[in-house]
Amino acid sequence: MSSFFERVTRTREPRNTTSGSVAKDRLKLVLIHDRTDIPPAIMEELRDDLMGVIARYVDFVREDVEVHITRESRRSRLVAEIPLRNQPRTRSRR
Amino acid sequence: MSGQVLTVTSGKGGVGKTTTVANVGAALAAEGNRVVCIDVDLGLRNLDVVMGLENRIVYDLVHVIEGQCRLRQAMIKDKRVPELYLIPAAQTRDKTAISPSDMVRLAEELRSDFDWIVLDSPAGIERGFRNALAPADKVLVVTNPEVSAVRDADRIIGLVEAERKGPAQLVINRVRPDMIQRGDMLSVDDILDILAVDLIGKIPEDESIIIGSNRGSPVALDPDSNAGQAFRNIALRLNGQEVDFFEPVVKTSFFSRLGKLMGRSS
Ligand SMILES: Nc1ncnc2c1ncn2[C@@H]1O[C@H](COP(=O)(O)OP(=O)(O)O)[C@@H](O)[C@H]1O
Ligand SMILES: [Mg+2]
Repeated sequence: MSSFFERVTRTREPRNTTSGSVAKDRLKLVLIHDRTDIPPAIMEELRDDLMGVIARYVDFVREDVEVHITRESRRSRLVAEIPLRNQPRTRSRR
Repeated sequence: MSGQVLTVTSGKGGVGKTTTVANVGAALAAEGNRVVCIDVDLGLRNLDVVMGLENRIVYDLVHVIEGQCRLRQAMIKDKRVPELYLIPAAQTRDKTAISPSDMVRLAEELRSDFDWIVLDSPAGIERGFRNALAPADKVLVVTNPEVSAVRDADRIIGLVEAERKGPAQLVINRVRPDMIQRGDMLSVDDILDILAVDLIGKIPEDESIIIGSNRGSPVALDPDSNAGQAFRNIALRLNGQEVDFFEPVVKTSFFSRLGKLMGRSS
């Protein structure tokens, strides 16, 4: 299975390859790492646990799930991106 | 009104902190503010030569902190601008000679006599940086359009925030519009996008800065220098003025000749 960082890079591959855009992509990636105080192994565990819970409610593409820490306006947040396969299953809660 | 403490820091060394302190300090003073610049980089005294005041040093920051001289005795007056002073760093002592609370006390003493107290922070995230950050009201983080410098800026911005000294404002130094235009340099927008902070200055790579530091004469006092104009704009913004960020035109030889004919702007 591909690692967390490989998955992030794959979605952020530079469209053009001027050294400036390469620099921007490398920076984004290295900062995701720097800004995360949680070690990658724990992030993997978190991702797996999260998927386990979400799977009880909706159908999604496991390989495309992305969990990472981002910072917007200098505030950290945990972001999970879970592309759904189709409409959420309607499930009776009782 | 009580003066404000402006701390200039960066994380990475050599990005232009000392240059920024000397020039923003000079520009603020040229606008009529009372300014004292303090070199907090103990053991690596630098601001004195960039400001051209190295020949007149008797006492330094550590002498003041340790009470070996009066505050006024350690302040060297600049001769080019009316109310500009320097308190030099000690050259033979290290950062442990002073503490963050010493700096807070010193700043309190200076606030009543000055509009701006500008601190030149050492590189790094250690004691020296803490000393410079402790009394800060405003923090400028200096960076260059390079991966390592922006990365370190990000770290520093986070630390400034954690100490509740934020939001830091960014100075991007050594910008080369020609390289940005051909895609070989991180653009100002790229950097702002990544760091999520406000820009306060964008300084071009400019040989006049090296010439100025050779002479000990900040380019902010040279009306013909592009970089000098960019530093003067920072001073104006610090005093609450809205000043446009000029998009410098990439010079071809024709345009640079035309530019000289028409008077430059930056
Ligand atoms: N915009 C610029 N254009 C050209 N040279 C610059 C510029 N800014 C800084 N420099 C040069 O870069 C060197 C490092 O600058 P300095 O202000 O001493 O950095 P710091 O205090 O962050 O270590 C100095 O030699 C200075 O003259
Ligand atoms: Mg310096």
